[in-house]
Amino acid sequence: MSLTLVRLDDRLIHGQVVVGWGNALEADRILLIDDKVASLPWERDLYRLGVPSNMQVDFVSLDEAPAALAETVKSNKRVIVVVADVDTLVRVCKSSDVVRRVNIGGLHEGEGRRRRLRYVFLSDAESESLKMLESHGIEVTARDVPSAKAIPLSEFV
Amino acid sequence: MSDRLRGVVLTHAGLAESLVRAVFEITGDDEALVAASNVGLGRDRLCDLVAELTIDSPTVVFVDLPGGSCLQAVVAATRERHDVALVSGVNLPMLLDFVFNRDVTAAAAAERASEVGTKAIKVMA
Repeated sequence: MSLTLVRLDDRLIHGQVVVGWGNALEADRILLIDDKVASLPWERDLYRLGVPSNMQVDFVSLDEAPAALAETVKSNKRVIVVVADVDTLVRVCKSSDVVRRVNIGGLHEGEGRRRRLRYVFLSDAESESLKMLESHGIEVTARDVPSAKAIPLSEFV
Repeated sequence: MSDRLRGVVLTHAGLAESLVRAVFEITGDDEALVAASNVGLGRDRLCDLVAELTIDSPTVVFVDLPGGSCLQAVVAATRERHDVALVSGVNLPMLLDFVFNRDVTAAAAAERASEVGTKAIKVMA
């Protein structure tokens, strides 16, 4: 099975992901890739609070991500992968060839960033990184909730 | 700096503002509660907002979803604070009761809010 959704969202696991996408995609597992969260038990517990009991959640570091993703595509689970920032996403895509599509779900205001969409703020460097992913054959679109229209990267960077 | 217990209602969209407005319309009290939203805020800025809203006095923070970004930000921002308590699943009955029962610790008020809010849910089939 391919990855059901690979989502770039600085809130990681939250309402839109669990309630919105989780139900629409009938997802039964979330794979959170983040070095900081993977290393801090209290952060992992915090994100577990948002996950219903019928959904599995796993936390891996960037180093562990390639093996976790390879195992994921062989499983019969419907998996949502979440990462919090562009840098992590690029490193995941470079270290594993299973990611073919990326959903930008929410990147909020931050230093050096400017508004591209209501829920997407990017620096110029982040925009270039996302364009680079597309040049390598990875489809990048923005879509905060399942009922919204997917917006191609070329329309907002 | 005030030691009087305050409430912060932090939710998705405009829910908090509507709840706090409803409390005012029912009680006339416009000091006990402050409304805030997570709209447009990433985790770090949401944490900054929570820190700012809870800095002056003992506080109960009411959030909507038990595992949403609001709750995560409150826990992350107030881990070292012993005078801040958190209640998820906020509803109007618990806020109305809170307004009139603030001469206790934040933890006691949070427990009471949880009980009042839960008891307010009735099914009449």
